[in-house]
Amino acid sequence: MTTNIQAREAVGEYKWGFHDEEQPLFIAEKGLNEDVIRGMSKMKGEPEWMLEQRLEALATFRQLHDPTWAGSPELLQAIDFDNIHYYVRATDRDATKWEDVPEYIKDTFDKLGIPEAERQFLAGAGAQYDSEVVYHNIREDLKKQGVVFLGMDQGLAEHEDLVREYFGTVVPAGDNRYAALNSAVWSGGSFIYVPKGVRVEIPLQAYFRINTENMGQFERTLIIADEDSYVHYVEGCTAPIYSTDSLHSAVVEIVIKKGARVRYTTIQNWSNNVYNLVTKRAYAYENAVMEWVDGNLGSKLTMKYPSVYLMGEGAHGEILSLAFAGNGQHQDAGGKIVHVAPNTSSAIVSKSVSRGNGRTSYRGLLKVYEGAENASSTVRCDALLLDELSRSDTYPTMEVDEERVQIGHEASVSKLGEDQLFYLMARGIPEEEAAKMVVNGFVEPIVKELPMEYAIELNRLIELQMEGSVG
Amino acid sequence: MSEPILEVRGLQVSIADKPEIHIVKGVDLTVGRGEVHALMGPNGSGKSTLASTIAGSPSYSVDAGQILFKGEDVTEWSADKRARNGLFLSFQYPTPIPGVTMVNLLRAALQARRGQEVPAREFLVELRSTLGQLKMDESFARRYVNDGFSGGEKKRAEILQLGMLKPDLAILDETDSGLDVDALRTVAEGVNALRTAEMGILLITHYERILNYIQPDFVHVLVNGRIVRSGDASLAKQIETTGYDPILQELGLSREKEEAAAR
Repeated sequence: MTTNIQAREAVGEYKWGFHDEEQPLFIAEKGLNEDVIRGMSKMKGEPEWMLEQRLEALATFRQLHDPTWAGSPELLQAIDFDNIHYYVRATDRDATKWEDVPEYIKDTFDKLGIPEAERQFLAGAGAQYDSEVVYHNIREDLKKQGVVFLGMDQGLAEHEDLVREYFGTVVPAGDNRYAALNSAVWSGGSFIYVPKGVRVEIPLQAYFRINTENMGQFERTLIIADEDSYVHYVEGCTAPIYSTDSLHSAVVEIVIKKGARVRYTTIQNWSNNVYNLVTKRAYAYENAVMEWVDGNLGSKLTMKYPSVYLMGEGAHGEILSLAFAGNGQHQDAGGKIVHVAPNTSSAIVSKSVSRGNGRTSYRGLLKVYEGAENASSTVRCDALLLDELSRSDTYPTMEVDEERVQIGHEASVSKLGEDQLFYLMARGIPEEEAAKMVVNGFVEPIVKELPMEYAIELNRLIELQMEGSVG
Repeated sequence: MSEPILEVRGLQVSIADKPEIHIVKGVDLTVGRGEVHALMGPNGSGKSTLASTIAGSPSYSVDAGQILFKGEDVTEWSADKRARNGLFLSFQYPTPIPGVTMVNLLRAALQARRGQEVPAREFLVELRSTLGQLKMDESFARRYVNDGFSGGEKKRAEILQLGMLKPDLAILDETDSGLDVDALRTVAEGVNALRTAEMGILLITHYERILNYIQPDFVHVLVNGRIVRSGDASLAKQIETTGYDPILQELGLSREKEEAAAR
């Protein structure tokens, strides 16, 4: 218990740091090997081809190394792959009613406000607890229109053909070391299919919760938006505070067909002992639109660069990335846009805030292939440092192989100004509140893209991160 | 003499990071309720430093003397506490705060000033009436604070805040600087519209221009960190005609030397 208290003190106020004492139904031995993978695959009742893909991915993982460009290689090297539970199953079913979710798990999600949110403003909600999805439900009218919103395992069971057609085509196992690891041991995540012409006007949300210590969460999400459809998917994440680390390594694949639009919003608020190494990528075909809104708070190390491949003429991609790094945290975030087809357009906006010895990095790639004529792109990244200890770096990469393009890039680093603080204080606003106002104003261009409920939540999370930052 | 709001006694001020640089070198000044005091002086004489120090800027340190506000010694108070108590500084160079709307700022400031929640409806009614008094469009309130404002808009935004917060003392630091004649008139008329018999005004200016619109009861001339002349409105008229040179010569100083010393 002492260690937990020390951990809490080290990271400051984190409201979601509690954990359940309940024993899971099944917990795999620590360590990564074929037996663990065969065991979980069997328990899930998967088709043979999926098991084979998993085992191939494990072999790929063993061949791959951490990226040479990693900003905190020492943190990556500290991950002990033999000291992780790769599969923790708390319950044996994916319920469609909260009443059917085991009481202690339901309590956790109640504390996190998920059932309440579902009632108030969601078209559907999912909840993952450690390795398995424990709850998934979608509004009846959407179900009738053919919208599918399931846990990934259930999606594989019920829509095997679709999963087999698309799984691993956007993010292949060999893409990077952590994508390979996910492909080998994936469990949970969401499977979404939106039929042609169907517009899901209010968001679907999935919530990811790590409970078990030394646990690895490897959810896998696949979203297929058929022609002229629209869906907004929101994910949120938290974990308890332990004195040892957990690993969260997700893969998200999105396929957006002609004229469709997908918006994917993340409000990540991991505790400071979680490694968050995630690969997210979308393929946008003719006149399709992909929008990533990526809010990164918490975690020990985040490496996440949502990407959009503009595959069809007229496709548009947008990435809005927000990162907040406090003491002992490194947020290495940004985005990747790849222009493959002509007349495609894109925009990246990145805002980062660092405090204490926290560190933010913007890492971005803009690639324009030859033949992607009239591609246009703007990249803007702004960093705000709250004190003398904090740090921010920018690593923009551009590879442009086509001449007829329009590309703009702007970057800025600023310090929380004495002038701004004095101005607000001279209006009677206390120093800490003044600092919060300046920071909330700085991130406003991204927050205003969120549905109101999430905007309020995000501002509140930032304010919690700012507690005690002044004076 | 009306009840004093501000009493500055023997104030000496240096720059917080550079304590060897003394800017205000012993100032005594009393402003009463309902009075308008104009503080004039050549560039670099210490006018803005005095204004910022009275408002509680951490960029300056008080080496000697006292600042009394409504009878209380506020010399050690933080800027926000002074403001909540009714002291207002209209900035010479208002700072942009991107992403924070004027509405957000005004509501937070008003709630801080009143020490309680101000219901949204009540707030909007007051905001609309103050905007109306200042002949300002409502869309102004939805813009980010001082972000991309013209010189005139910045000064009007300051006066809007003054109107909402209804302070006991308003210090207007070079509110006339950077404004053309029309903008100056608009801002000055705004100040006049918002004045009450309870409010004291300390108007800091380099030129007498603004005094054609806001009539001062008292005029003080600050040179080299000290008030060297005090009088009524006629002193400002005199400066309008002759500039600061005769006063400086009388004191055995020259403007060039003063401005060089200030740098």
